[in-house]
Amino acid sequence: MQLTNRSKQVSNKEMTLMERAYLPAIATGLAITIKHFFAKKVTIQYPEVKRYLGPVFRGRHILKRDEDGRERCTACGLCAVACPAEAISMVAAERVKGEEQLYREEKYAAVYEVNMLRCIFCGLCEEACPKQAVYLRHDEFVPVFSDRDQVIWGKDLLVEDMNSRYTREAWTKEEARALDNKRANGEVTNVVPRAIP
Amino acid sequence: MELTEFVIKTITIVVVFALTLVIAMYSTWGERKVAGFIQDRMGPNRAGPGGLLQPLADAGKMFFKEDFIPALANKWLFIAGPSLAMLTALLASAVIPFGSTIKWDGAEVVLQGVESNIGILYVFGVVALGVYGIMVGGWASNNKFSLLGAIRAASQNISYEVAMGLSLIAILMMSSSLSLGEIVAQQHGGNWNIFYQPLGFIIFITCSFAECNRVPFDLPECETELVGGYHTEYGSMKLGFYLFAEYINMFISSAIISVLYFGGYNYPGMDWVYTQLTGSFGPETGHNIATLIGTAVFFGKALFFVFFYMWVRWTIPRFRYDQLMNLGWKKLIPLAIFNIIITGAAVLFLKPLITAWLN
Repeated sequence: MQLTNRSKQVSNKEMTLMERAYLPAIATGLAITIKHFFAKKVTIQYPEVKRYLGPVFRGRHILKRDEDGRERCTACGLCAVACPAEAISMVAAERVKGEEQLYREEKYAAVYEVNMLRCIFCGLCEEACPKQAVYLRHDEFVPVFSDRDQVIWGKDLLVEDMNSRYTREAWTKEEARALDNKRANGEVTNVVPRAIP
Repeated sequence: MELTEFVIKTITIVVVFALTLVIAMYSTWGERKVAGFIQDRMGPNRAGPGGLLQPLADAGKMFFKEDFIPALANKWLFIAGPSLAMLTALLASAVIPFGSTIKWDGAEVVLQGVESNIGILYVFGVVALGVYGIMVGGWASNNKFSLLGAIRAASQNISYEVAMGLSLIAILMMSSSLSLGEIVAQQHGGNWNIFYQPLGFIIFITCSFAECNRVPFDLPECETELVGGYHTEYGSMKLGFYLFAEYINMFISSAIISVLYFGGYNYPGMDWVYTQLTGSFGPETGHNIATLIGTAVFFGKALFFVFFYMWVRWTIPRFRYDQLMNLGWKKLIPLAIFNIIITGAAVLFLKPLITAWLN
């Protein structure tokens, strides 16, 4: 039974004089290494150059606003229930008169906290959300912590900034693939290109 | 006069010493850079532009680590080991001719630490002493792995010194002088020894790889068999000295190779350059500039061989110990003796014929 077409017959032939001289083989090896010496390097200079991770990458959370700038979250708690790591906690509050421009629904999250040490970035919260309020950004990471105070992210960090709104380029695998093809053809230019081909 | 000569000699020696140290220091940077480039990586590039401050960072790290001496080690010999390794590595740089002469106020200064008429013999003596640094360090560690590594290193160095010396004899037969300055002067212009001694060169460079404990002969330090080899118990700057001594040895042997086989500071067309420079800058400045160009050529050659050491390191896997010994005793020594016989025959019979034919 043939398992692979890459197998080679083992040979115990006596080495030829050329092979026993060893130096030609060294020269061949040196030629190969010097070729790599001048080859283009594959390194990505990470903090300065960031690789594009794809449109469905799950990075840091964002609490979306709607087109009028009102927070979408209604503090139903479904994300917290769905969360397998129990990273999300919130305190609900009722909207009072005069706050209609701030909150879309009659109930809103007065406190919304994500523990970034607990979070496993599975994306179940964004799937659970009935109001399309919480998303995991595809373009930003949670930065490295240097202090325990930085671990729990509150609304100050999570709520979307209306001046630089977050849009995702693709929602499904198919869309992501179509986008990749478009990028390869040069039709889409509004996204950061990958550092390696 | 005595005093000026003394001052001049001191300055030359200090300059040679500092140059050797700086080159060895940047060889560590070069090694990592070359390793990176050959493996399609960038190598160190964070400390300073292009990672140029990396050696300083490494040295700083080495200095600030705990200077640990094992409880059962022989304390004096434990310290003496790396010191000896460093000392012997640096001593050899004294006799290398870095260039011809600098003319200053009528005086002529040779660009060479010590002009000795037994230069190459001195180098060999000092290199042979280098074994003691490793052996003493390995023994004083009071550790079986260190001792085994040291024994390996010592036996390897002693075996390859034989073949190295024999390959050198062919050169000495041609030059009939032991002085490095004289050997270089005989290779004036493009008349390099490599064209007369290709076999000798291959033997010599193989042996110098073994002498420096470099890949493919880096058996003294072998993680899978011997932990760290002779420097298993060493840390801090004492380890740093061992590693540093290796890089100094590498530079010294590269310099010796370029002196013995590649004409040192000689390059084709040097007479033409010399007449042009003395013609346009006057005999003194022109001479000095020509000397500096020669020195640059010498360093170019030596640094190329340092690069060659690294290049080979990332190309060839290491030998097994028995293969190493077989190569040393059964291949290189007979080859070197064969080379001596060929050279002797050529000097006796071929050389008069060629001289007669040329005249």
